[in-house]
Formats: sequence, C-alpha cells, structure tokens
Amino acid sequence: MSGARRLSRGGLIDRSRSIRFRFNGKTYTGHPGDTLASALLAQGVRLFGRSFKYHRPRGIVGAGAEEPNALVQVGEAGYSTPNLRATQVELYEGLSAQTVNGWPSLKHDVGAINSMFSRILPAGFYYKTFMWPRSAWMRYEHFIRKAAGLGRTPEFPDPDIYDKRHIHCDVLIVGAGPSGLIAALTAARSGARVILADEQAQFGGSLLSASSTIGGTRAVDWVKKIVDELRTFPEVKLLNRSTVVGYFDHNFLTINSRRTHHLASGDSDPRMSRERLWRVRAGEVVLATGAIERPLVFDGNDLPGVMLSSAVTTYIRRYGVAPGRTGVVFTNNDSGYQAAIDMAWAGMKVVAIVDSRRSPGASVARETEALGIPVYKGHVISSARSGSEGLNRVELSRWSKSTGELTAHKGMIDCQILALSGGLSPVVHLHSQSGAKPVFDSRVAAFLPGASVQKERSVGGCNGTFDLGDCLREGVQGALAAANARGFSATGVDIPATDHRQHAPIEALWEVPANILDGGRTKKFVDYQNDATASDIRLAAREGYRSIEHVKRYTALGFGTDQGKLGNINGLAILGKALNKEPGDVGTTTFRPNYTPVTFGAIAGRNLGPELFDPVRKTAIHPWHVKRGALFENVGQWKRPWYYPRSGESMSDAVNRECLATRDSVGVLDASTLGKIDIQGPDAAELLNRIYTNGWTNLLPGRCRYGFMLGEDGMVMDDGVTTCIAPDHYLMTTTTGGAAAVMGWMERWLQTEWPDLQVYLTSVTDQWSVMSVAGPQSRAVLHAAGCDVELDSESFPFMSMREGKIGGVSSRISRISFSGELAFEISVNANYGMTLWQTIMDAGRAYDITPYGTEAMHVLRAEKGYVIVGQDTDGSVTPNDLGMDWIVSKNKDFIGKRSLFRADTLRSNRKQLVGLLTDNSKTVLPEGAQLVNSPQQSRPVPMMGHVSSSYYSASLGRSIALALVKGGRTRMGSTIFAQLMDDQIVPAVIVDPVFYDPENQRSKS
Amino acid sequence: MLEIECPWCGSRDQDEFSYGGEAHIVRPLSPENLNDREWGDYLFFRDNKKGQHAEQWCHSAGCRRWFNVIRDTVSYRIVSVYRSGDSPSGDPS
Repeated sequence: MSGARRLSRGGLIDRSRSIRFRFNGKTYTGHPGDTLASALLAQGVRLFGRSFKYHRPRGIVGAGAEEPNALVQVGEAGYSTPNLRATQVELYEGLSAQTVNGWPSLKHDVGAINSMFSRILPAGFYYKTFMWPRSAWMRYEHFIRKAAGLGRTPEFPDPDIYDKRHIHCDVLIVGAGPSGLIAALTAARSGARVILADEQAQFGGSLLSASSTIGGTRAVDWVKKIVDELRTFPEVKLLNRSTVVGYFDHNFLTINSRRTHHLASGDSDPRMSRERLWRVRAGEVVLATGAIERPLVFDGNDLPGVMLSSAVTTYIRRYGVAPGRTGVVFTNNDSGYQAAIDMAWAGMKVVAIVDSRRSPGASVARETEALGIPVYKGHVISSARSGSEGLNRVELSRWSKSTGELTAHKGMIDCQILALSGGLSPVVHLHSQSGAKPVFDSRVAAFLPGASVQKERSVGGCNGTFDLGDCLREGVQGALAAANARGFSATGVDIPATDHRQHAPIEALWEVPANILDGGRTKKFVDYQNDATASDIRLAAREGYRSIEHVKRYTALGFGTDQGKLGNINGLAILGKALNKEPGDVGTTTFRPNYTPVTFGAIAGRNLGPELFDPVRKTAIHPWHVKRGALFENVGQWKRPWYYPRSGESMSDAVNRECLATRDSVGVLDASTLGKIDIQGPDAAELLNRIYTNGWTNLLPGRCRYGFMLGEDGMVMDDGVTTCIAPDHYLMTTTTGGAAAVMGWMERWLQTEWPDLQVYLTSVTDQWSVMSVAGPQSRAVLHAAGCDVELDSESFPFMSMREGKIGGVSSRISRISFSGELAFEISVNANYGMTLWQTIMDAGRAYDITPYGTEAMHVLRAEKGYVIVGQDTDGSVTPNDLGMDWIVSKNKDFIGKRSLFRADTLRSNRKQLVGLLTDNSKTVLPEGAQLVNSPQQSRPVPMMGHVSSSYYSASLGRSIALALVKGGRTRMGSTIFAQLMDDQIVPAVIVDPVFYDPENQRSKS
Repeated sequence: MLEIECPWCGSRDQDEFSYGGEAHIVRPLSPENLNDREWGDYLFFRDNKKGQHAEQWCHSAGCRRWFNVIRDTVSYRIVSVYRSGDSPSGDPS
C-alpha cells in the first residue's frame, strides 16, 4: 500500500462531484479541480512509467511543467496527444490516458533487464556500440527507440481545428503568481493595454497551494479579489491555460493557449479551436515565471515516493491529497521545511527533517519544533531503498561540509515519501530566450536573470526573490517601470501585509557523497527523464568533454519533454566540480523555445492543405481539362494538364498519340500558366536590353523575340518570348515557375540600381488565357474558328504578333513555337479563355484537333533541342554551355555579361548540352543518370555529366535524351555510358541536341 | 521575429519582408574594365560584420519597395531605416 489518501478537508477541489476516467485501462475517479496526477496519487497509484534507459520504475516527482516521469498519452484515435505531463492534465469525465514509457507493460518490463546491465550502459553507450557499422545503426535505432518509449504518433488525422491570433499590448505579464498578479493590477490601473498569461487553469501560481495569508485574508481569496478587479478593465486580456512558450526578437512572444483540452469531447463547441497560438508584439514584458525546485542528487533518488518538497505541499494544500502515511524531508534550505509542516497538517507522520546545513532559518525552526518534528542538522540522506511499492526507507548519514565526505552512518529511517528541496531554480528560460545571459549567484545557489537585452524585466521567484512580501513589491515596481516606459503614469498599488519570516541562506549541495560500503554501485540520477546520472557526467568529463553543451549531447542531460527543468543546474554544477570550475563558469546550455512542448497542430494553425498552406492555381480552362480526364502535373503552384489518357491508354500511349497528332495535324496546349509581365514606359526597351543577353532596341511593334536572362554570375536564370506591342510597351513571358522571381528581379534592379529608368512593371499572368495551337493544320483551324487576321506567312511571318478577333473575341495572336511546328499562340482576356478554347476545339474537330499536356510538350521541344530552364539548366549553366552563343550580344552590357569572361566560364571542358542516342533505341534513360567514359574504370569513377531530359519520341520512333557532358560538343559521335542505380550500364552516342527538323522549316511554314 | 519600419508603410512584422543582403554595393559602371578579382569582389564578397550592418530589405508582401536598414547583427536592434538612394541619416545623398 502506498498509504496515500484523499484528505477530508482543504484544497481547491470540489468533493461534491466525482469524475470517472481511465488510466492504463483501469477506471478511477477524481474531482473537479484535480489533475490526472493528483487524482491517481489520491488513489494510491505510485508507478507512472519506466525510465528511458534502465527501465527503472518511476513515480510522480513534481506538480507542474517540470514533471519528468509521469508522461501520458491522452485521448483516442485522431484526438490522441502524446507526452503530456500528468501533473498538467485536467480531469474531465471519460478521460482516457496511458503511460507512454512502459513498453511493454508497466509492472513487468522486459527493458528492466537493462538495469542489471546498467554498469555497461554508461553515457554515450548507444553511440559507442551501435555507430559501427554505420548501416546497422538504422536497424538498431528502431529497437532502441521502441524500447525507449516517449509516446506514439497519432495514427489518424486530427479532427480538431487550431488557430493563431496576432495581438499587440503595452505590457505582457508572464505568470499569474503573486508577483505577476500584482504587476498586472499595477499596469492595468495605469491604463496600459495588458495581457496576463498563465499556464495553469487557475490564476494564483504558488498561492494556490499556499497556507500563508496576504493582507489578512487567505491567499486564494486575495487572488480572487485581484482577478475580479482585473476583469473590470476592458484593455486587460486574461489568458489562463496559456503558456508563454517563446521569446523572440523585438519583443515578439508566442503564447500557446489550450482551449478545449480540459473538456470532454462532447462538451466543447466543435467550431472552437482546440489550441490557439498567440503571436504577441509586446511593448514591455514583465516576467513573473516563478521558480522550480531542484531535487537532491543521491543514491536511489529516483524511487517512486521521492518527490519535490514543493510538489508534496501542492498535492496536500491544493488537491487535498496526502501522498503517503509517513514522510521525511531532505533539504539544504528553508523552503523544504514547508513540506514537513504541510505533511503534519495532513495527518502524515513526519519522521524527520534532514538538513545538510548546521543552522536553519529561525522561522521554520520554530514552526517545526512546535510540531515536534525531529530535525537532523548537518545530515544527509545518503541512499534511498525500495520495497515492492517504491520507496520504503532511507539511509541517514552525517556529513562534513568541509571535506564533502560522509562521516557517520546513522541508520535507516522507514518512510513512504521523501520530500526533496535542493534549492529553487528561477525560471530564467524566457529571459534567456530573449538573448540575455543568466548569471550564477552563489547566495541563492542558482542562475538569476542577467542584464536585459530586450524590453523585459524579471520579478519575484524568477528573479531569485522568494519572500512573498518581496515578490509583491517587485511585482509592483516591475509593472510601474514597464507602464512608465510605455508612457503611462502609474501610481502603484499598496503592498498588502504578509507574514514576516526570518530566513537562513541556502547552502549548495550538488551531490551527496556515496557510502563507501556501497562500493560505488550507486545510481544518483541528475536527469530522471533521460536516466543521466552523476557518474555519466563525470565520465563525460574524464573522456574530455568540457563544454556543458557537449556534455548535454553526450549524456542526454537536459533533453526530452522537460528540457532539464529539474536536472540541468545540478548537472552543470557536478560537471563544474569534475572540471574544478564554479557553476557560473560552466554556464547553462542555451534555453530555446519552446518552454514546454507545443503540438504541431498549434504551430500549423489553419495553414493547412491546398487552400491556405500553399495555394493551388488553376487556369480558366481547368474545368475542361478535368472533364476531359486529364492527369495533372504541379508546376510551381499551378496545376497543368500532364496528358489526356483515353480509356485503356497507358501514359506512353497517350503521350505518343498527342505528339503524333501535333506533328501530323494539329494539337492544342493550355499555356496560360507562363508568367506574363507587362512592361511600359519610355525606357522599356532599355530595361530589356540590360536584363536580356540579346539586343532589344531594334525590335519593332508587332514583332517577338526569344531572350535569355542571366544572373550576375552569368548563369541562365530564365527564358521566354517578349513581344513589342508599341515602342513603349512590351509583354514579357517567363517560365511558369520563374514568374514571381523574374518580376522581383527586375523590380529590384529598377528600384536600387536604375531608378532613373522610366519603366513600370505589372504582373498580368492571371489576366490572360493563352493557348498554343500547333501543327501543320493550325492555320486551317484558326481560319475555321473565324479569325479575322491574315494568317499567310507573307502577311503574318514567324516571330510576329497580330491583334484581331477569333470568333468575336479580341485576341493577341503570336506566331511562336515551342514544338517546332507551325503554331499560333492566342492570348485572350482570361474571362474569355474557356469560350475561346471551346471555339478552337469546335473549329478543329475536322482536323481531329488533339489537346496535349506538358509531357507531350516536353517531348516535342526535346525533339527540337529546346531547353527548359530548371530542367536542362541547374544554375551552373551559361548560354555557351547550351550552345547558344548566338543569343549573347557582343555590343552591349547586360546583367551577367562580365561573368561570361571569367576563367571558369571560359573553360573548354565545361559541361555542354548534347543529344544522346542509346544503342538500343527502345531504352529510355532515366533523367538524372550519371554519365561515365568507361564502365571498367576503378572507383571513384570520374563523372562526365548527367542526363537532363529523356523521352521516347514517337515521331522519330526511338528514344532521345538531352545531357550535359564535359566538353560534349567536341565529342560528337563518341560513346558515353550511363551508370544506372541498378548497376545497369547503358551505352549511348553523343549527337547534336536537335533531333527533328534541324533546318526549322516547319515552324516557319 | 523582427519588427521593421518600412519607410513607406510603417512598422510591420518581418513576415512581410524579404532580405536582400548587404546594401550600397554599387554595380560597376564598366564591368568590362574590371579584372576577374575586382569583378569577383563585386559579385561574391560581402562583409560579415559584427555590429552595425547596412542591408537591403524589400516590403515584398506590402508595397514591394526596396529600402535600406542599418541593423546590429549582435543585438538585432534596428538602428535606422532609409529609402533607397538616401543616406543613413535619412537625407537624400
């Protein structure tokens, strides 16, 4: 029996109502106001998990965010949330929770065998053992992870919604304990816009478990009075169940509000978000985050029944739970005595207070003496021992502070609960996240906030101030400073009277020496969740680790859900001792967001799916493609028809049909997604001249020209056709994926380098629907569609544009071709896109007009050796590499020109664009395949290049490929080998990249 | 997340801006007269300052204007913000 029980009085729970819930498949009851931890503790549950490495049984240690052991997975299916601290889970009817760290079962754990081998599982064991051979690590890791536990990923989509809100305030107050509450009131009365956020369901912080009085009233009544007044201010926002998890630059903080976690699934409005992430830009920040008690480090300090003294107080005073029948306190400071007083109040037998100091504070000494509790001064607990239900006795020893050794063994004391107080560690996490450096203060044996680097100040416990009256005073002062800094004149708040207490200082005790008789076979845990022991840290020091950051990664100290909230300070002090350094010289590891774990749901918010995460863009003709059964390809954000399979057709059947139809009769492509930029102004041609590699000053209205643009490094960045509409008006097309980048690129040059140019750029991509009618019958189709423009080659030559009407719709018609066929690209107001497409389809019926998708488009252009920027180029390819020197002007400067004359860009063995014909005409090389000179070379085999485009060409009746090959243009006719992933080697002959109609007769016909 | 004062629109979250690297790198007027080292300096080499750094930002999800920011790379404090073509003091240069 654990001896735990629910007290008949006290606490902030509603005993008149019962809540039924399930834990590890068994039904329990609790009361409103309980946490999962308090309700289970009240019913005698002691075992909450198995430890990470040794699978030792573990119980509840804390009562809040710091809890390292009692991790649970709450809820079922899509509602399942892993790795919640049972100490923070509010009870609701029907709650169902499982421990996350007890694989395969809590009581009989196969992993506990690790305990027997614990001497061979030191720090770094997994890495030392399993990192070689490297390939085996993947296999081992799977089993290590499974044995190590830490929750299960939910297997179903999360049905809940999550949202985000942006908010500004004058003063953000973090933490609603005594300092935070009075700070909020002070700031509120000044008229400032205030946010008060606290991670707990109720405001009050430490006051919720306090037995002291404030201003003559019970602490909880004072809390209620302050909160009631705060509610009267319209500019004060009170956020409970809301953890300030991140402190970023320029006073930007994030708050994670849990809005429905405490409700049974049927009790919450389904339209309400489960969690909300507040994104706060705060004028000033007051940190009132309190302090977390540290455990003491001695042999067996992890047994179920060993708890923080502050947690013992909280379970008794706030939840009305006596965690056992008999208790011992082990402390090195005054605050531990409170647990003894509270245990006595709860009717527990307090067997002893063991104080490592020789002189406790006068107040606590007086109070415990009045209760008749024996106090062993200058003593320590050197070991804790367990029976079948966890802790059942502790070993008392006298020790010498000066030598640091045990001096006398004083026998065993029976007890079920051991309350530890190793001192209070201020919660400096947010202060540190803000960029400041906490500094060690030996008077409180803890790290305190250092100099602020942002507009923040710490008050109360997180500032190392532990006396209640002092905390209230600091809260008022901090809020006054914050409000004044925002221009509010605040008068302050009267400090209510608190009990006056005489304290004695803490005396640091980082590690209790082991009893010599134990022969060193001790386990002193520093980090419970990661099973990092004091000897692990010393081992790391012996093996040469000096930085606490490295020791953290070697021993796992400070990882996990609690991020070292309990263990880090003890751990760095023990490292300091091993290295002969003071804790302040060792320093802390970096505190990073988030303070407590945040669900991915909260981080994602509503930025999910195609609507809000990454928008999907569709052309005006999209519904027609869908109806026609097209399969789609994602190009940037666009959906483009990939190919249109007829029933029973494979992809290659469909693509071959589409290609042949276009070559033999007529095809039509929805080209609306190409980027379109309208360029106007007297200097439009000059801008084009500077951006493109070729010359633009002589392009006449009604004429089109193909252009390349380079980065300043000389590498091909984008390409497209630009049309002169009037001397001061051009329409540029870009690649589908490059549209936004090209627009931004030209805007930047215009604004930063050439502000003297009078040019205006407008993105018109969405305003125009574009379709390319291609093939020998395209002219006939346009005629049949009622085109009022003369279409013969004489009056409408290749690379020119005419404006006219087709079927009554105003159109821009351009004779440009990416297929190598006679082609007309028709642009119309996007609102008429579908109408015109339909007109063209109807007119083309007589010619069996065939819609073709991007795959056929790729094949057709590859047959012609036309490159696709981003497929046949990769940011390291110059125009010369592509054999396109003809497009580079010698007579003007342009962006990137100088780079074309660098030694490296002039190299003769650069990778150059070539065609490849495989020996076997049916073999289609995989794109990306590496090319080598000979398959028989010794490794490493020099790579000569790679395949960039590769297809089966129905028109040519064989496979074709484009490739970038070192010095490729000098190797025409020679054989190169593609080395495939499956070790197959495919020989291919290097040829000219133009496979079809090299004289360009067809497009000009 | 930084809070940046766009000289055209006012204070906005960093989310609305894009970063453009070091400011006041003037494109050489006659690149063809530069040797490879000089062109390489313009093209690739940037100061990696500890302290006050002049850099370009664009209000890309707002007015789409480029402007200059002097930012302390240690504290991330923004010392001043000024329009393209202006000097750090805010006067047209």
